[in-house]
Amino acid sequence: MGHMGPFLLKRFATFIATLAVASLVVFAVLELLPGNAAEVILGDTATPESVAALQAKLGLDRPAATRYTEWVGGWLQGRTANSVSYDTPTAELIAERMRVTLPLAVLSMLVTVVLALGLGLYAAARHNKLGDVSVMAASQVGIAIPNFWFAILLILLFAVHLQWVSAGGFPGWTEEEGGGPWEGLQALILPAISLALVQAAILARVTRSAVIEVMREDFVRTARAKGLSRRQALWKHVLRNAMIPVLTIAGLQFANLITGTIVVENVFVLPGIGRLVFQAISNRDLIVVRDVVMLLAAVVVVVNFVVDVLYAVVDPRLRVASA
Amino acid sequence: MSQGFWPRAWRHPSFVIGGLLSGTLALAAFVSLFWSPYPPAEIDIPKKLQSPSAAHWLGTDSLGRDITSQLLVGAQNSIVVGVIAVGIGLVIGVALGCLASASRAESRGWIEEVVMRASDFTFAFPALLSAIMLTAIYGPGLVMSIVAIGIFNVPVFARIARGSANAVWSREYVTAARAAGKGPWRITLDHVLPNIASPLIVQASISFATAILAEAALSYLGLGTQPPQPSWGRMLNEAQTQMFAAPMLAVYPGVAIMLSVLGLNLMGDGLRDLLDPKLARRR
Repeated sequence: MGHMGPFLLKRFATFIATLAVASLVVFAVLELLPGNAAEVILGDTATPESVAALQAKLGLDRPAATRYTEWVGGWLQGRTANSVSYDTPTAELIAERMRVTLPLAVLSMLVTVVLALGLGLYAAARHNKLGDVSVMAASQVGIAIPNFWFAILLILLFAVHLQWVSAGGFPGWTEEEGGGPWEGLQALILPAISLALVQAAILARVTRSAVIEVMREDFVRTARAKGLSRRQALWKHVLRNAMIPVLTIAGLQFANLITGTIVVENVFVLPGIGRLVFQAISNRDLIVVRDVVMLLAAVVVVVNFVVDVLYAVVDPRLRVASA
Repeated sequence: MSQGFWPRAWRHPSFVIGGLLSGTLALAAFVSLFWSPYPPAEIDIPKKLQSPSAAHWLGTDSLGRDITSQLLVGAQNSIVVGVIAVGIGLVIGVALGCLASASRAESRGWIEEVVMRASDFTFAFPALLSAIMLTAIYGPGLVMSIVAIGIFNVPVFARIARGSANAVWSREYVTAARAAGKGPWRITLDHVLPNIASPLIVQASISFATAILAEAALSYLGLGTQPPQPSWGRMLNEAQTQMFAAPMLAVYPGVAIMLSVLGLNLMGDGLRDLLDPKLARRR
């Protein structure tokens, strides 16, 4: 692994720089507010005294640079500002809501990958035959369906028509909350499926074309000439190489899933990050909006970084090329 | 390339189906500028939640508003968002992409590096995320959602423009043009832009579809188009409260979004095949 050093170092430096710029942008956008944060939070009806009080509480009288370092430093040490509407540190609020959003994102990623690999490999194996054409046509339709509409359709079918499940809400992971591990998981199944549909449709197309592309490569022909069967060649050589584009797209999709949860959590009334930021917008709780947006942007950047590093591990050619 | 564009286009199934669906979207938006069965925002409580009839083709919603009229006028909204958001991405993105490419050819690679790092960075803010940030500050509305979607389109077009432009800059006719004394501006206008148009047109069609999806999601959340202007996303939000009384209300606007997005994506795929035969054969 020694020769990966320069690549990793360079990639890590870009990663940190991107995070730093992202935090500056989030901070600056809120600085460039018309008026100031306290006025926006309290709205038009606020008295000058209450605005002044909130201004002092938010520390708006201090210079921007000080507040920026405090914000970033606070996050790094786990000390975050208090939400205006909940009067609780935002990190606590976010951690609480992550107990719903994270399992939801992981579950839908799982559904996405299983569906996409299955359909993509099937279509590639039946290249240009009826099975391939049907999967590709279905995936075109899948890409065109908005995830929140699919969520509504699932509610219509399973909650309104068949009445198998409730139309939304989350019972909690523990019995004290009135739910349990199984009840909690059940409440996440429909949301996960509605998030996964579009992503699976895209990833299935990527898997199919990657597998078809690799099958044409010389080393696959060599493997077949050596006497490997089509199936053996597929498992030993094609999959490993076809996984590179699939992995890249899947990584980018995880970011889509995270932002997708914002909408789908609102359809199913799940108490996750998406619901939190949505309520924060209604309450004009800019502190929560700032921290959630920063966190989600950071998740996107981290995922991209991890994908790039995995990429280099899977494909030695890329390490040499970029080092 | 023995045949012209149109004779081949008519025989391309994706392009024909996509063109028909996109054409229907454009036609609906255009017709609704002059005519719709009822004024889309006209409230008529006694006639609320009616089933489809000769008077109301797709029935009425919980306030007695005509669904057909709302769907027709909602098409305007989708077109406006798509055109402006793609326009922002196209104009700024192509300018930056061409600048990056030209600066590299003029051995000022650092400009290219800055542009590309900036566009990498913009990917950290998916449209929904920037829209949330902007609406939290400036309040919800159509303009903010268009700006957010447009900003996200900029790096998408910048990357495509740069990639294709770099290929053009390495061609012999560009070397010849430079030897003849043409500057980077002239080369970009005379040689680069005409030759990178195809991938940009394809991407414009796909980004248009993505913009419609993003606007629908924002309007569903109440952050996009505001009443009384009808929008498909908000219709779905309102329909969700009536799911037991009138389940079909939650179906029509979704079908409208799906068909529009499907049409634009199919047209994009078709254009890719028709404009770039090399690319098509590789797929």
